[in-house]
Amino acid sequence: MKKLSARRRHPLAALVVLLLALAATGGLYAAFAPAEKAQADTAAQSLAIDEGKKLFAVGCSSCHGLNGEGSSDGPSLVGVGSAAVDFQVATGRMPAQQPGAQVPKKKNIYSQHEIDQLAAFVASLGPGPVAPTEKQYTSTNPDDVAAGGELFRTNCAQCHNFAGQGGALTQGKYAPSLEGVDAKHIYEAMQTGPQNMPSFPDTTMPEEQKRQIVAFVRHLDEEPNPGGLTLGSLGPVTEGLFGWIFGLGVLIAVAIWVAAHTTKARKS
Amino acid sequence: MSEDKLPESHGSAGQHEVATHGDPFADPGLPAHEPRRTDIDERAAKRAERQVSLMFVVSMLATVGFIASYVAIDADKIVYIFPLGHVSALNFALGLTLGVALFCIGAGAVHWARTLMSDHELPAERHPIEADDEVRADVIEQFKTGAAESGFGRRKMIRNTLIGSMALVPLSGVVLLRDLGPLPEDKLQHTGWDLATPEHPLPLVNMNTNKPMKAEDIVVGSLTFAKPEGLEEDDEFFQQQIAKDALMLVRIAPENIKDKDSAELGFEGILAYSKICTHVGCPISLYEQQTHHALCPCHQSTFDLADGARVIFGPAGHPLPQLKITTNEEGFLVATGDFAEPVGPSFWERS
Repeated sequence: MKKLSARRRHPLAALVVLLLALAATGGLYAAFAPAEKAQADTAAQSLAIDEGKKLFAVGCSSCHGLNGEGSSDGPSLVGVGSAAVDFQVATGRMPAQQPGAQVPKKKNIYSQHEIDQLAAFVASLGPGPVAPTEKQYTSTNPDDVAAGGELFRTNCAQCHNFAGQGGALTQGKYAPSLEGVDAKHIYEAMQTGPQNMPSFPDTTMPEEQKRQIVAFVRHLDEEPNPGGLTLGSLGPVTEGLFGWIFGLGVLIAVAIWVAAHTTKARKS
Repeated sequence: MSEDKLPESHGSAGQHEVATHGDPFADPGLPAHEPRRTDIDERAAKRAERQVSLMFVVSMLATVGFIASYVAIDADKIVYIFPLGHVSALNFALGLTLGVALFCIGAGAVHWARTLMSDHELPAERHPIEADDEVRADVIEQFKTGAAESGFGRRKMIRNTLIGSMALVPLSGVVLLRDLGPLPEDKLQHTGWDLATPEHPLPLVNMNTNKPMKAEDIVVGSLTFAKPEGLEEDDEFFQQQIAKDALMLVRIAPENIKDKDSAELGFEGILAYSKICTHVGCPISLYEQQTHHALCPCHQSTFDLADGARVIFGPAGHPLPQLKITTNEEGFLVATGDFAEPVGPSFWERS
């Protein structure tokens, strides 16, 4: 105690007292103030929106406008929601490499953290579908595969093919193959309807049914081959081509071989 | 054909004419017959015989193997086979044994024919197709005599009744075809939606959830499939019925709908079109939400749903029929009547 009082006139004493007082006030506040988690989240959220706005200005604004209002080169992003951003950017479709009938999937250049920031900014422009949590698209019930198969054939198979192999649309557009697509992105595509795909909102296809469809599509990737060559599971086109070229072609070759050679004992 | 051009006039094989200065187009005849090893070497012949028999025996064994694997291998068993990956053991065994069994019969037969059956060259003469003049004159004479004796040209009644009876016989075939089933009558003109009337509208049921839908459930850019209320998947004739009743519901921002009549049939931009292509009746729902085009996967007929489902490409002859929809007092989407025209492909009576 003597030591302390001896130094009470030290030039830094006021600073030490001030720091102690601040620490005490902060500690007491932290201990007794009502836990306002939401407030803290909002702060993180607004930070993400700010960061997202910067990323948006660099990567997206040349087509979608500085505030996502859209231009002649890209649609307005007001109300598309965070699910659409997560899908488009995480699959590398956005930023688009070039304008055209279809924007193809390519390598993603953003980290998930940056994508979340971009999504936070776009979501702040207007309410829209929210990116799903893992629980929403992960199925735990094995019956979901069968139920999802029914739903897939009703809603998806017409464009994406009964085995999820994709197919052609009009004027250069196509429905991409679903092979190896992330469960989250399948879910988001159904939610938001990217490019020319129609959307399947929760009002007409509840969350549980989307989860079942995701389970079925993932199952398509994993199921063992029951035998033979799948030939891309494209149906009669590849099978017919294979039959004509390899089946009939081999038969014709054999017929020519049989007719062209006889086993003569050669003069020697 | 003159006699001296026939191959046998050139004697046995090997004795052929050689083209000379005076006769540049001499007939070289058949090349000399060369015996096969099996023709001259009895041991080679025996060996070929054993090879052919071996192939037939392998075929027999493969058939036995086919039956055995059918009995022995569990249908659910999956095995890893190198180039094919994970395959069903049963399918693989059945395919392999049956393939070997058939291939060995064929290969054995070919080998037999090539090594052991006689391979002496035989010329087959080509004759003119028409008979010679004498035969033809004789046939014409006989025909004329027959015609005269039958009095076909003279007795007109017999001739006309014969023609009549011959013409009518094919009708019996038509009657037999008629036996295939009752005529469709007006079944092609109506769908399950004809139960709906303005007084008793029929709710639209979502194919996914099996529940009626409200207008706000359908958002712009979405695609929903619907069926009439009362049609259940367990029904005996569900498949026949849904093949006519299937609806696709799209919502297009009202300012984007080009066809006024089409907008009036819908409800606040929600349009209900038949899902059945008007070309040959494929289910058509490859809907592009930005262009509002619907594409048929069978023959690429393309319909512009924003313009009354007008055909903009492909072989379809009619726009897709549109169902008039509205909402009832509780806000659920309902149909107030059947399609104005038959759904699906063209048929003779279709207006």
